[in-house]
Amino acid sequence: MIELRGVKKRFGSQVVLDGVDFDVREGETVALLGPSGTGKSVLLKTVIGLIRPDAGQVIVDGKDVPHLKRAELSELRKTIGYVFQNGALFDSLDVYENVRLGIVDESKFKDEKYARERVAQCIKLVNLQPDAVMSQFPAQLSGGMRKRVGIARAIAGEPKYLLYDEPTSGLDPVNADIIDALVQRLDQELGVTSVMVTHDVRGAFRVANRLALLSEGKVVMQGTPQEFLASEHPKVKAFLERDFDNTQFAA
Amino acid sequence: MTAATGTLTRQNGNILARVVAGVGRSCTEIVAGLGRFGLFSLDMLRGLPEVRIWFPRFIVEAWNIGVGSFFLVLLISGFAGAVTALQTGYQFSGSIPYYVVGTLVVSSLILELGPVLTALVLAGRIGARYAAELGTMRVTEQIDALESLGRAPSSHLIVPRVLAALIMIPALTVFANASGIMVGWWAVKQVLPVTNMDFTYGAQYYFRPWDAWYSLIKSFFFGGTIGLISCYMGMNTKQGAEGVGKGTTGAVVTSTVIVLLLDTVLTKLLLNT
Ligand SMILES: Nc1ncnc2c1ncn2[C@@H]1O[C@H](COP(=O)(O)OP(=O)(O)O)[C@@H](O)[C@H]1O
Ligand SMILES: [Mg+2]
Repeated sequence: MIELRGVKKRFGSQVVLDGVDFDVREGETVALLGPSGTGKSVLLKTVIGLIRPDAGQVIVDGKDVPHLKRAELSELRKTIGYVFQNGALFDSLDVYENVRLGIVDESKFKDEKYARERVAQCIKLVNLQPDAVMSQFPAQLSGGMRKRVGIARAIAGEPKYLLYDEPTSGLDPVNADIIDALVQRLDQELGVTSVMVTHDVRGAFRVANRLALLSEGKVVMQGTPQEFLASEHPKVKAFLERDFDNTQFAA
Repeated sequence: MTAATGTLTRQNGNILARVVAGVGRSCTEIVAGLGRFGLFSLDMLRGLPEVRIWFPRFIVEAWNIGVGSFFLVLLISGFAGAVTALQTGYQFSGSIPYYVVGTLVVSSLILELGPVLTALVLAGRIGARYAAELGTMRVTEQIDALESLGRAPSSHLIVPRVLAALIMIPALTVFANASGIMVGWWAVKQVLPVTNMDFTYGAQYYFRPWDAWYSLIKSFFFGGTIGLISCYMGMNTKQGAEGVGKGTTGAVVTSTVIVLLLDTVLTKLLLNT
């Protein structure tokens, strides 16, 4: 369970989150939609305590994230995989070491044999060739590959929650579909609870059980894809119409 | 007339109020900055128990500093030794015994030139490197990524770097002292009829073991401060490539100024002058 209640965050005089209410239930995949610059990344970062809200509650797995002690926060973070918008790979380490750092359990991390197998497995899951990429450095990879290695790192620790920050933006349609399918598969097979920030409405409708639209510092609507399509809310309609022709989906 | 003076005083009052407010603001900013720096340093201490994590990275960092700066440090202190010797020769009048030259060269090098020049060179090199590396990691979210994996930046990134500076700057200072003294010794023989016996006699006659300790203690302080400040500036880099640039120059300038300040303070405290 991820619950945000009245979350507010401002940077200087710029109000980014202005009382956000947002829920993700166990086992669900929720797509968080919104135009760029509205604070989707900021919202996602409050969930793992990288950004501390000025007001409001952030509760993950029953734990009050902004008020956790350092050690408790670090334990909680080990149950959450976070996929950063541009990969955020460690440039001084090769792909193998990057993904290996995702193995958050210390004894498994140190077990050389387990680590090799797990890293190879995760790299295959994101549709890359382990033998080809393992010894490469992030600077040698294309943007799309870096993103996928970022996903491999996030899932290596077998997290209970996955937070994806625009996992498909900047990818070609084939790889975007592969990532969407992967998100779906992880959710279904492993029972991962996930939040996917995106402005790809098509992908969101395909992958998510529920959608949420963030606009001007608030979640203006949360609901199933059907409810979104039927919604008369002007912001929802405007957002959906801007990105795709929704009659196609209604059919 | 009265109305005019009225506005004038009111304007003065405004300016005064603004100045007071400005001074107040910068004071609170300085205090807040010092507070954050203190917390940052405490946070680093918390990473110390995770030896298995920081030790390998510490070796790499220390090796990089050593290899990267060894010859530069020898070169600079060698020249400093030569110049000290030549200037001593220039100022020499016949009434002072020649062996004093040995004393002068050795004590200038050990007490001041060796540790301070080494620290200034490394404030530039380490300051720029640490701040640029950590700043880039900050703006590309690598530090967030590390934290998102439940791993502590202190043990992975800060402890190895600060310890490498803390150990390597004194180590390089020892070599700098030696190189400066050797080159100074050679140079002084070129300009004055000083024998090796005179030089070693002078070097030993006024030599106090405390001087060597002082040289080391000072460079430990320099090393720790340069490491901490540069890491702090890097970790607090603001968004964008511009942020990294500012953080880097900020780290070099701040480290340099603090080294000079510390030099004065430590001289006063440790040499009891
Ligand atoms: N650490 C920060 N400091 C200052 N401003 C920030 C910070 N993080 C985000 N912002 C601002 O918050 C706003 C929302 O950013 P973000 O969450 O990245 O948007 P997006 O919805 O595209 O992910 C932007 O205007 C950004 O400039
Ligand atoms: Mg974003």
